[in-house]
Amino acid sequence: MKTNVKITVNGTVYEREIEPRMLLVYFLREELHLTGTHIGCDTSSCGACTVHLDGKALKSCSMLAVQANGMSVTTIEGMANGEMHPLQKGFHEEHGLQCGFCTPGMIMTAADLLASNPNPTEHEIRESLEGNLCRCTGYHNIVKSIQHAAKEMQS
Amino acid sequence: MSLIGSSVKRVEDKRFLTGKGRYTDDIKLPNMTHVAFVRCPNAHATINNIDASKASEMDGVIAIYTGADTAEVNGVPCGWQVNFKNGDTMKEPKHPLLAHGKVLHTGEAVAMVVAETLAQAKDAVEAVRVDYGVLPAVTDAKAARVDGAPIVHDDAPGNLVFDWELGNPIADVDAAIANAHHVTKLDFVNQRVVPNAMEPRSAIGHYDDALDKYTLYTSSQNPHLTRLLLCAFVLGIPEHKVRVVAPDVGGGFGSKIFHYTEEALVIWASKKINRPIKWTADRSESFLTDAHGRDHNTVAEMAFDEAGNVLALRVKTYANLGAYLSTFAPAVPTYLHGTLLQGLYTTPLINVHVDAVFTNTCAVDAYRGAGRPEATYLLERLMDTAALEMKMDPAELRFKNFIPAFDGVEQAGYQTQVALQYDSGNYEPVLRRALEMVGYEDFRAKQKEASSNGKLLGIGFSTYIEACGIAPSAVVGSLGARAGLFESAQVRVQPTGKVSVYSGSHSHGQGHETTFAQIVADRFGIPMEDVDIVHGDSDAVAFGMGTYGSRSLAVGGSAIVKSMDKVLEKGAKVAAHLLEANVDDLDFAEGKWTVKGTDKSVAFGDVSLTAYVPHNYPEGLEPGLDFSSFYDPTNFTYPFGAHVAIVEIDKETGKVSLKRFISVDDVGNVINPMIVDGQIHGGVAQGVGQALHEGTIYDESGQLINASYMDYVMPRADDFPSFEVDRTVTPCPHNPLGVKGAGEAGTIGSTPAVMNAVMDALSPYGIHDVSMPVKSEDVWNIIHSNS
Repeated sequence: MKTNVKITVNGTVYEREIEPRMLLVYFLREELHLTGTHIGCDTSSCGACTVHLDGKALKSCSMLAVQANGMSVTTIEGMANGEMHPLQKGFHEEHGLQCGFCTPGMIMTAADLLASNPNPTEHEIRESLEGNLCRCTGYHNIVKSIQHAAKEMQS
Repeated sequence: MSLIGSSVKRVEDKRFLTGKGRYTDDIKLPNMTHVAFVRCPNAHATINNIDASKASEMDGVIAIYTGADTAEVNGVPCGWQVNFKNGDTMKEPKHPLLAHGKVLHTGEAVAMVVAETLAQAKDAVEAVRVDYGVLPAVTDAKAARVDGAPIVHDDAPGNLVFDWELGNPIADVDAAIANAHHVTKLDFVNQRVVPNAMEPRSAIGHYDDALDKYTLYTSSQNPHLTRLLLCAFVLGIPEHKVRVVAPDVGGGFGSKIFHYTEEALVIWASKKINRPIKWTADRSESFLTDAHGRDHNTVAEMAFDEAGNVLALRVKTYANLGAYLSTFAPAVPTYLHGTLLQGLYTTPLINVHVDAVFTNTCAVDAYRGAGRPEATYLLERLMDTAALEMKMDPAELRFKNFIPAFDGVEQAGYQTQVALQYDSGNYEPVLRRALEMVGYEDFRAKQKEASSNGKLLGIGFSTYIEACGIAPSAVVGSLGARAGLFESAQVRVQPTGKVSVYSGSHSHGQGHETTFAQIVADRFGIPMEDVDIVHGDSDAVAFGMGTYGSRSLAVGGSAIVKSMDKVLEKGAKVAAHLLEANVDDLDFAEGKWTVKGTDKSVAFGDVSLTAYVPHNYPEGLEPGLDFSSFYDPTNFTYPFGAHVAIVEIDKETGKVSLKRFISVDDVGNVINPMIVDGQIHGGVAQGVGQALHEGTIYDESGQLINASYMDYVMPRADDFPSFEVDRTVTPCPHNPLGVKGAGEAGTIGSTPAVMNAVMDALSPYGIHDVSMPVKSEDVWNIIHSNS
């Protein structure tokens, strides 16, 4: 049995007939081919699949696509608006990524942080990344990248 | 400004920052099918019966294969042979693609379900009924060597893969230890950890019957070696009929070096059903089947004279290799571990003995550092423990025992007691610099102050050396490697002077597309955007031995230099012709050939165009400007460094927090400091992870009970301070770039530094060792049972 959903993703409305058990992350990757949202675990622990749902960061493996019916999703593909988002620039400038797999999730989580706390301390940044795992960078340059973006977004 | 030594921002970033990276699981081929595996829930069992009849009839199911179907196919081979001390060949039982008759570790695949969708494949897996006869399991290497232990492979008595010894005669070492002023002894486990690349392994097999050709997309650190093993050893497919692509790969850390059963299975089954097949591990599968790291059970003794000079070192290790031999597994506890036991010290007598052991666990193989972290851990723990016991300063004890400086040019390389010859080294400055950065004098005062505030502060040191730039083929061949360890690179100058470089190295986060382009742009005097680095595709790149062992720049980069030499040599002939001058009268600089002492010159792009439009051209010279090279190093490279950790322990809770981490590393010449620092940061985090957070837990029945991110402690952002990183530069004397490699340094040095800091903090309680990862409960018990 399939069900219909209507979800806005990066400003475009998509209507699809899907299995009710399909997770939002599979909807993005398999139905919409938005493969920038990654799957790194099966316990909602790694944060690689983080997207924004109606403006708030959310692990897209932790909800069903049908639960997002009528709502608005932003993925990493929707972050650049003509030019790169300050966080995308910050990660580039401060070498905040190596293999790139965790990066979309990191950026989506950091965007949520900066929306509510435009000038976070290092401690606040590190705490906000609790739900996002990176195995390459030791988080050192990710912290600097987010500080870089915070500075740019304030000026 | 020279591009060499410049922190150029990475050219590969854009695709990853915009969600356009292309990892294996992102690839969708037309008509593609999906795989899920039935994996055994027991660590050791007979397979009495598999009933897939119900599953076969389920929606979308295309085929179900079991070990009976793959019994005729060869197993996955091991790439390194280490023999018994008596010369007998190591035990190398077949590693079948699907378990047949018997299962030897939890998570081993017993059936492969192929279906139209992943959900359908997973549904069908649930419906496959397997009747197991559960057998007793053994998961600990030392326990597996005891009489009466469960036997993993019938043809490996005592579960011994091989025994192995290196160094000075044991009688000499025994005598030195027996007669020494002081002996420090540690009996410990260097625990098993899981590499945990953030991208789970993934493989797509595609047999194209029209071309009679196979394509394997795989999350691999070395696609060419995978092709060789897959074709020549497993499936017997002609190598020229197979293309292996390792596209963007989301981290490896060693775990993606190896050729895995799933890669062979998707290729094998793709021909059976004549459709593409994708498999992507979920995280539980990654925990259960990615090759693990470390897992040594070691007794180490270091003997000293009264003045603190090291007299001898004796090491006995049980190395757990798991249920099957992974690709490089035999090399890790032997030639990557025993050979590093000289460390940075002048120890005159060293003997190491290793039992390599089968157990009912996932295979163990190279994980970031691979053998060298285990060697460094035991040496550096011994050093700080000895200092404590002999009431000496741990830094001073190291200064006393360091090998004196040698550059490998004026002074010869340093011949160790354990087979290696270090290339160049200057060890004192790295530790001096680290002490300066940490403010060693002030620290001891702060330590006293903290103690009165309910906190314990501790400082720990580690000075390490590693053998990288792996490796001279003839040397490793004589040590059992079944492959060469050279690297290839093709430098193709296009007619317009743009350059495509085809490298056998593979980047999965290391930034080759930037670092290699810097080298090429700098040498040719052209903009970096005129250089493109191609890697990870066996149809595009002639050959490759891949990326691991901190080898990409030292070996792969040197192969690029060789090809650039050939380009410039031929280019000079074309330039000389165009300038009507002798080749010997030309200089090449800033992208042009100039006749010495004149303003007559011809640009790189004009020479390349002439080479492809050879109208006015030297007689007898071939057109084109495109060269391949293979670079086989003459020695390993030997990066070294000093790491210092400061930890704080909360007496009330036993919680250990890392407050500061200082690393001073010498990786030879540095092309891109930003990228090198990034490698150090990541390496340090993994090493700290092993000390304070990570470790597998197998229960008595062989269950890996922490096989998820809910249970296995992965280090998170708030587990770390910002790192304080500096370096010295001692160039490698034997490769053209003078580089030594930076990928593993952080991991190798950091684990013992942190553990030494924990022990320093706990020194008031008279405790000399605690097991990794440090648990708050253990620390609390130490504090509260003594106070």
